[in-house]
Amino acid sequence: AYKRFSELLPKEERENACSARVPKSQILMLPELRANPFQHRICHVFSTSETRDDSMSFEDFLDMLSVFSDSATSDIKSHYAFRIFDFDDDGTLDRKDLEQLVNCLTGQGEESRLSSAEMEQLIQNILEESDIDKDGTINLSEFQHVVSRSPDFARCGGLQR
Amino acid sequence: RDSQQRDTERLSRWKKWRRTSSKSLKKALNEVKGLLSYLVLWKHDIHSIEGKFGTGIQSYFSFLRFLVLLNFIIFILMFSFVTLPTIISNYGTFNSTIAYISPKNTDDICTIYEPSGNKGLVYFYTYLKDLLSGTGFLEVTYLFYGYYSIDAVWIRIMRYNLPLAYLLATFAYLALSFLWIIKRSVEGFKHNLVHDADPFQSYCNKVFAGWDFCITDPYAARLKHRSLQYELQMDLQEEKLKQKIAERSMHEKLRIYFLRIFTNIIVIAVLSGCFYSIFRVTVFSQENSNDTDNANSLVNLLVQYLPSIVITLANFIGPLIFSFLIGLEDYTPAFEIKLTLMRCVFLRLANIGILLFSLWSQISNCGSDKCKPCGYNYKLYPCWESDVGREMYKLMIFDFIVILAVALFVDFPRKLLVNHCSWKLVQWFGHKEFEISDNVLEIIYGQTICWIGTFFSPLLPAIATIKYFIIFYVKKIVLIHTRKPAARPIRASSSNFFFLVVLLIGLLLAFIPLGVSIARIPSSKACGPFSNFNTSWEVIPDTVLQFPTGLQQMLFGMASEAFAVPFFVI
Repeated sequence: AYKRFSELLPKEERENACSARVPKSQILMLPELRANPFQHRICHVFSTSETRDDSMSFEDFLDMLSVFSDSATSDIKSHYAFRIFDFDDDGTLDRKDLEQLVNCLTGQGEESRLSSAEMEQLIQNILEESDIDKDGTINLSEFQHVVSRSPDFARCGGLQR
Repeated sequence: RDSQQRDTERLSRWKKWRRTSSKSLKKALNEVKGLLSYLVLWKHDIHSIEGKFGTGIQSYFSFLRFLVLLNFIIFILMFSFVTLPTIISNYGTFNSTIAYISPKNTDDICTIYEPSGNKGLVYFYTYLKDLLSGTGFLEVTYLFYGYYSIDAVWIRIMRYNLPLAYLLATFAYLALSFLWIIKRSVEGFKHNLVHDADPFQSYCNKVFAGWDFCITDPYAARLKHRSLQYELQMDLQEEKLKQKIAERSMHEKLRIYFLRIFTNIIVIAVLSGCFYSIFRVTVFSQENSNDTDNANSLVNLLVQYLPSIVITLANFIGPLIFSFLIGLEDYTPAFEIKLTLMRCVFLRLANIGILLFSLWSQISNCGSDKCKPCGYNYKLYPCWESDVGREMYKLMIFDFIVILAVALFVDFPRKLLVNHCSWKLVQWFGHKEFEISDNVLEIIYGQTICWIGTFFSPLLPAIATIKYFIIFYVKKIVLIHTRKPAARPIRASSSNFFFLVVLLIGLLLAFIPLGVSIARIPSSKACGPFSNFNTSWEVIPDTVLQFPTGLQQMLFGMASEAFAVPFFVI
């Protein structure tokens, strides 16, 4: 893992890889993240940079790899997945978050989005299934409850080496 | 890391040592696991397929890998318990001697068996023909049942009872396959149980767990986006359709039920048509392939392969008819897929059953008094187990040839045509999708043949292993070069379980012909290890009667109903 991190740094900073920070543009060149529709959110969530430029240090990089590895527990994975899906960072998944989530899933172009009637129906169904306290948003525990019963989450939530 | 370091300063020396040793142990275990993963067959190939095409198709390839391993283990089982002692005794190693079977109180006429191994000078292509049809020189090899005419093998002072070993090895490989499939399907079953118990969760599952994080290729990512969009739209449409169905009027309901009964009648008619044609063709082929006038001609080879050809045609045309009919029946899309799949599974497996049934009707055909001395048609089938083994062998070889031929002559030209030819018709034809269910049914069909055939032809699992090994690479190349992933992806968790359930059905279906051959039909008196017994099953009661009486009593007690039923239930 250290090797991959230091490959992302420009040559002159490789000696200090432990303390250097890699800018976001470099992180996004990783093959696993390149094709991922949540790439920006992943960088944002794992970055501990004070300047909010979403750059990642080696510790952040390790964090990211460990969460996505096969040996992470589903609690950790679902916790981070919740943070990744929470587009406005308000601690709950409301309708706008869900809408952006579905748009990320179906693709970036205009023709790949669902129609607004379909989107309404879909969000209505999702909230019916997961919103236990019926407040119109999904909080962390509701999300973890739903995800724990989903058989595909454990399989597809992992990155390979 | 910082918090861990702070903690370690506070601990005593003993705990520090424990912690460092457990860390290094974990590291060592991880290294060992990493090394072991190199041994897993095709791990890298399957990973790259998963990355490019998603987990649905990957589950097909890991299923194929499972079958290769299963067949290899079955082959090792049969080889070490049946073939190896025979080989050892034939060459006299380990001071072993053979006790050949001496025919006792049966009419001599039953024991006439002259396998026509090629004698004298023959053309080279007879070898090729024999290889394809399992006659001639192959008949007198270890490949078929008829060659194992040994009663016992004496190694130094130990007596190795070959008939008993043959029968027990058969039971062992059936039980092994059964247990292994059950073990693999238990995990899938748990997932399905949870999944089905909460049908209200399908949308959340698709949205939150829909993205496959293993995808690294941007082209595959675009396809995954499209497939997710398609899947979500399909689900929403299906929900609307269900609402519409619930609001149907009485008149419409009657019309639809009438239509469904009609299409089911057509399905049954198609199935009976297939079965009848297979029956007639098998009878025809059996009657005419014994005609030695033109024994070496191509026509004779074609006649011998006629049942296989007809079965393959039926397996190809049947699903086409079924998918046409299902469109008329107006079910929800998910149910349509399931029903078509069930019909195809039934068609494929029943075809094999009908073939075997027609073979038996031929073998036990006692038109006049042909059966009296031996219990089976000894004139045409002096060694009927080898004949059945030969049919299974032909089916397997033909299946393999068809898969290779389809890959070579249909898929690649199609790709070339679509890529270079811009006619509207050809473009509408388009790239073929990788139909997972069709491919899976193909290999399950092959595996059922292998299970049935192994009793009659002990080296068949080796052929099956090599066949599936080659098929893996062929399918992989076809996949990478010609197809685009299916627009309707089947989810990995449910598809694994589905494959294993159908495989289990195939295995249970294989039990029936084997049970009937072992227990009901008299074994050939002219060849094979069971010529001294009435049926193959009789070996076991015979051996049990030779045990000391105490053991006998215990075994009889175990076999009695009062004990066996609760034992099996638990």
